[in-house]
Amino acid sequence: MNTSVITAGHDVAGHHEHHDDGSKTLLGFWIYLMSDCLIFSGLFATFAVMAHAYAGGPTGKEIFDLKYVLGETMLLLVSSFTFGMAMLNMHAGRRNKVLAWLAITFLFGAAFVGMEIHEFAALIHEGAGPDRSAFLSAYFTLVGTHGLHVTCGLIWIVVMLDMVRRHGLDAVVKRRLSCLSLFWHFLDVIWICVFTFVYLHGVL
Amino acid sequence: MRAPHPHGIPFKPSKESFVSKRSVVSALRWSCAGLAVFLAGCNMEVLSPKGDVGMHEKNLILIALGLMSVVVIPVIVLTLWFAWRYRASNTKATYAPKWSHSTKIEAAMWGIPCVIIAILGVITWRSTHQLDPYKPLVSDVKPVTIEAVAMDWKWLFIYPDYGVASVNQIAFPVDTPVNFKITSATVMNAFFIPQLGSQIYAMAGMQTKLHLIAREAGSYDGLSSNYSGAGFSDMRFKAIATTEQGFQDWLAKAKAGAATLDLPTYQALEQPSEKVPVSYYATVAPGLFEDILHKDMDGKPAGDKPMEGMPMHGEPAHDGVAVAASHNDHAQAAE
Amino acid sequence: MFGKLSLSSIPFDQPIVMVTLLMVAIGGAALFGGITYFRKWGYLWNEWFTTVDHKKIGIMYVILALVMLLRGFADAIMMRGQQALAAAGDQGYLPPHHFDQIFSAHGTIMIFFMAMPFIVGLMNLIVPLQIGARDVAYPFLNSLSFWLTASGVVLIMLSLFIGEFSTAGWLAYPPLSELQFSPGVGVDYYIWALQLSGLGTTLSGINFIVTILRMRTPGMTLMKMPVFSWTALVTNVLIVAAFPILTVTLALLGADRYLGMHFFTNDLGGNAMMYVNLIWIWGHPEVYILMVPCFGVFSEIISTFSGKPLFGYKSMVWATVAIGVLSFLVWLHHFFTMGSGANVNAFFGIATMVISIPTGVKVFNWLFTMYRGRIRFTVPVLWTIGFMVTFVIGGMTGVLLAVPGADFVLHNSLFLIAHFHNMIIGGVVFGCLAALNFWFPKAFGFKLEERWGKWSFWCWLVGFYVAFFPLYALGFMGATRRMQHYDNPAWQPYFVVAFIGAAIIMAGIGFTVLQIAVSIRNRAANRDLTGDPWGGRTLEWATSSPAPFYNFAVLPEVSELDQFWADKEHKRAYPRHAHYADIHMPRNTGVGVVMGGLATVLGFGLIWHIWWLAILGLAGMIGAFIARSYDRDVDYYVPGAEVEKIERERLVPLSKLIDQVGAAPAEQKVA
Repeated sequence: MNTSVITAGHDVAGHHEHHDDGSKTLLGFWIYLMSDCLIFSGLFATFAVMAHAYAGGPTGKEIFDLKYVLGETMLLLVSSFTFGMAMLNMHAGRRNKVLAWLAITFLFGAAFVGMEIHEFAALIHEGAGPDRSAFLSAYFTLVGTHGLHVTCGLIWIVVMLDMVRRHGLDAVVKRRLSCLSLFWHFLDVIWICVFTFVYLHGVL
Repeated sequence: MRAPHPHGIPFKPSKESFVSKRSVVSALRWSCAGLAVFLAGCNMEVLSPKGDVGMHEKNLILIALGLMSVVVIPVIVLTLWFAWRYRASNTKATYAPKWSHSTKIEAAMWGIPCVIIAILGVITWRSTHQLDPYKPLVSDVKPVTIEAVAMDWKWLFIYPDYGVASVNQIAFPVDTPVNFKITSATVMNAFFIPQLGSQIYAMAGMQTKLHLIAREAGSYDGLSSNYSGAGFSDMRFKAIATTEQGFQDWLAKAKAGAATLDLPTYQALEQPSEKVPVSYYATVAPGLFEDILHKDMDGKPAGDKPMEGMPMHGEPAHDGVAVAASHNDHAQAAE
Repeated sequence: MFGKLSLSSIPFDQPIVMVTLLMVAIGGAALFGGITYFRKWGYLWNEWFTTVDHKKIGIMYVILALVMLLRGFADAIMMRGQQALAAAGDQGYLPPHHFDQIFSAHGTIMIFFMAMPFIVGLMNLIVPLQIGARDVAYPFLNSLSFWLTASGVVLIMLSLFIGEFSTAGWLAYPPLSELQFSPGVGVDYYIWALQLSGLGTTLSGINFIVTILRMRTPGMTLMKMPVFSWTALVTNVLIVAAFPILTVTLALLGADRYLGMHFFTNDLGGNAMMYVNLIWIWGHPEVYILMVPCFGVFSEIISTFSGKPLFGYKSMVWATVAIGVLSFLVWLHHFFTMGSGANVNAFFGIATMVISIPTGVKVFNWLFTMYRGRIRFTVPVLWTIGFMVTFVIGGMTGVLLAVPGADFVLHNSLFLIAHFHNMIIGGVVFGCLAALNFWFPKAFGFKLEERWGKWSFWCWLVGFYVAFFPLYALGFMGATRRMQHYDNPAWQPYFVVAFIGAAIIMAGIGFTVLQIAVSIRNRAANRDLTGDPWGGRTLEWATSSPAPFYNFAVLPEVSELDQFWADKEHKRAYPRHAHYADIHMPRNTGVGVVMGGLATVLGFGLIWHIWWLAILGLAGMIGAFIARSYDRDVDYYVPGAEVEKIERERLVPLSKLIDQVGAAPAEQKVA
């Protein structure tokens, strides 16, 4: 008989290791963000290739209104700051302040999306829609994909508002808020790249 | 845009200069002589080339195969031998149940492939530059220029120096370099005459180049090697390598007809069609090839100036001049 | 209301399709009726559709892959039949429109819906067991990944009967795949089937990276991780790095087709070369995503059945990592003939050849694992040796194609087709079938019959050579791929031989099916009571066959590479524990299957321009996902007493066997 009896002391301590989701979830979410980053790299690369394929249509210089875009940028930057405030309050366990700052973040994000939709609508109205040239296709797709991400972030914020209201700041909610925070700041970084490479570079 | 190579390729049909150690090369070539004989016996077009480019490529294939056989054949033999030798029922064979590391063997198994690949890498670097399809061939003879247009589903050939055009047939003299300028009026295709050597893609709005030469007279099969839709299988043409006199006769035959390739004729030709018989055009509207390239057959001004190369893989994609086309797309042009 | 969809979308005029539809309808009805008659719907729903158990998900992936192998092979043999007939003026029996769909579907299905699910299924089945984990990092996400893949399968199967499939080849190069040249729904089926399954694959990749990095059992450092898990790690990193590019590429093609954009069109500045670059930046790593786990499979098999540790484990690991990195630096070798300059071509050619160095190292590793071993010629070993011989030949033709000067005459020829089938069949398919034979007992608790397995192997091996060596020769004769017919009568004998080869492979597939059927019938005789039918070396063999749902009652401690082997040697392989702790497990959920179903609805709506249906599907998916996030009852504890009961039962037959045969119970028995 070769089986042996082993005390289970180690095991009792060990079995909780596997369902501590916090760090695992954050690692997985980071990896997801990296894959999303690759999606944007693909779109940026495409935009770089198409950057001068105007096909007789308008150029970036002609259609971009830097002041307007600067406004959008400020909205998003401020929303990142307000999200940061929400996270600080989350760590301090102040539920109502988290709710308030999240709501403010939502408003700034929604304003950003609203401005972007208005910008797109104006361009399409002027005949500078995504079907006009390869350059405009690449522009609309890159900026639009970012906008779509922000929209997803907004839906997520709404869900989290409700979750904080229902469940308070428990471990699951905190974990999800941390992921959302990563996502929101990530979109901010992407937007800085969009602003620099698409708008600034296009106009200057 | 790359400047053409200052010297061109010193084409000599005998030995090539991929590797300095010629003896190694010839030994390798002998080592796979059996393979070569077998393959030649099957009348394989690619391995029985009729021109310099194809000849070089055939030699390159045989050298590379020979070089790799140095590793591949022993590996196959060892695999079968070890499997047999160390079968479980052969209790006489040594059994070393713990042995799993040997620095010597591991050094060799990284080292040997490295050496082979280093040699092959040098061959690759040199042959790739030598066989660059864009590189004009060195010859005392004045080259013939042919503009080739891939269409749904036939090939249009224009001889700009002679003002004639043909569909699904070309002719040129032997021992004369032929400079092909290639584009597509439709989807992507590839221009390929297997017995003469290299192929190159035909892409709309872009011009690719290919330089070939025939050393033997004959009628060779040409084709599109890149699938392009329903009529693809019949997108074939004949490449007739003939004497100078034969070439002049062929031109005379083309000139003898009454057909003119002007805008309306071209637009009719552009309609998708399959199994198109050979036909000739006695005259061609000047600049037609450039118009096809720029897609401005409808007389409207081209949409934009040519794009400044394609910023792809960090360097402009060769002479492939990408052109932003006007609104006139395929379907409209066909109307 | 129904977009582009109408009754005329069903190809009533095509007898081949209609007969297939009839057969599928009868088969489906029989299956449906059978399940209803035997009252198995509840069982299927509770035990399989809603499962989050990685082993069951793995099994479902493999079943999906095997079914799609049949579909993909049916396409293959139809193509071979057509080309064997259609010489010198004969048009064969498939008109171009049908033939073009068939080769496009064959490539798409075999890569995305046969090879990928098989590989992902194997990783699901084995990786957690091998690293001593109880599940994957995100069990629900795993279920969702599977059902998204399944929704892609459903869409591609629907294309057979409703509308048409793409005629633009398996990579759908534009401009041919643009609306202007492919106005039908075929390319749309292609785009959405791949987008949905690709999303599933990306999620799987993330899941497994975290699983492998964070859930290894105590003591298992990365350099003590079994080779298959290493190859899985590299593969999943490749998946996460490559699949987003595929998503972008297909999205841009979709934007052209749906929103009138101009990324790859012939006009208004579009650039088809961009697509070709992007798709291969995904496509080349994809080849290694399929191949690398199979390297792991062969490594495990050859070391197990040689009764030796893998030779040069560290070399193997570094070679795998090197292949993973290099796979992103070679994509341009798929289009040397696009006219990039000689410097660019030469760089990518040489980079491609460099990959053959670590690959060669692997072959030597296997070779010297056999050296001084005691090789038992089981079915998995036959596959492995067949692979080694076939693979080096494919490697040789691959390096040849990497020489741009040679590629200039061989590109797009049947030589290329022969080469990549040499790698995909000789490497991936052989690897998957070897793995099927090797790990089947772990999944089901009984071994597969050796006899029919050997028949299957020999048919596949011989069939492969007979089917593809004529294609190598045809490539040298100037025959290109994707010809619906050809003029040169001298080619016909080669195509006929290739068809015979395909028929032999068909027999091989038949024997695999037979092998599985016979083994299920005779399962009582082939039971694996030990959990270790082959004399295994790694942790998956330390638990019972099939593994209990919690995998390990007590997480194993690891201090060596081949831990289970060492445990058997030191006679401590089957520990009896005085006390079992409660085990924390994820609860089953139907959200994955529901979201998969809604994804199918979304895809179908988009393909046929039925916008309300698409919105319904998308909103449903988002809603289901949000609803899931509110579900707080996602896990539970298995009481220690229950674990103890299961473990005691397991050890009863085991102790008898251990008494009989000693520490490594099965090793001598099989030998």
